[in-house]
Amino acid sequence: MSEEMMDDEEGVIKKFMYVNRKAPYGSIYALESLEVVLIGAAFDQDVSLAFIDDGVYQLMKGQRTSGIGMKDFSPTYRALEMYDVEKLYVDQDSLAARNLTADDLIVPVEVLSSAEMADLMEDQDVVLSF
Amino acid sequence: MLLHTVNKSFERNSLDACLRLAKAGSTVLLIEDGVYAAVQGTCLEGKLKQAMDTGINLCVLAPDLLARGFATDKVIAGINAVDYAGFVQLAADHSSVQSWL
Repeated sequence: MSEEMMDDEEGVIKKFMYVNRKAPYGSIYALESLEVVLIGAAFDQDVSLAFIDDGVYQLMKGQRTSGIGMKDFSPTYRALEMYDVEKLYVDQDSLAARNLTADDLIVPVEVLSSAEMADLMEDQDVVLSF
Repeated sequence: MLLHTVNKSFERNSLDACLRLAKAGSTVLLIEDGVYAAVQGTCLEGKLKQAMDTGINLCVLAPDLLARGFATDKVIAGINAVDYAGFVQLAADHSSVQSWL
């Protein structure tokens, strides 16, 4: 567990990580995670988002969902910085297995090795899994 | 022959299970999260090419591919992109459908 930072007015700030491992559209996980992140953003915590395995597909550029009758929620990832959610981490091995690079993604992210991702996850106070 | 549909990403074992039991001459249609397997250059490409070499007809549902950010020109050569009408045609052309859920 990390040291807890104290904020005089608003109490303890904890490190929250949302771990996203599912592709969008095929299941509700990706959209639900995003909803929880946006709700959680109101509580001024130290928020990180990790995209691992199929979760990296959530950030694909150029999603065109008109043909499947579902809402394209990928632009919401670009809006996260307005909610002070600016720490987006993507697993390098997951990108490589899918022939993707950070250039294929809709938002700027920090690409991490497995070891770096493992350390980051270990450093959190709360991990929420989707 | 059977039409096989696969709607899960290759992280699950549906595609492997399907390819293990699909016979030459049958068709495997990748839909929903199954479409990621059709994209060039992933860790799956060799497996899909091998399936095509054994005489399995591989198709991918284009609207599901486009929704996930991949244009049809990103698909492995030899895999046939179809629309919903094509899906219906495939279902009609085959004796039965096995969905690898």
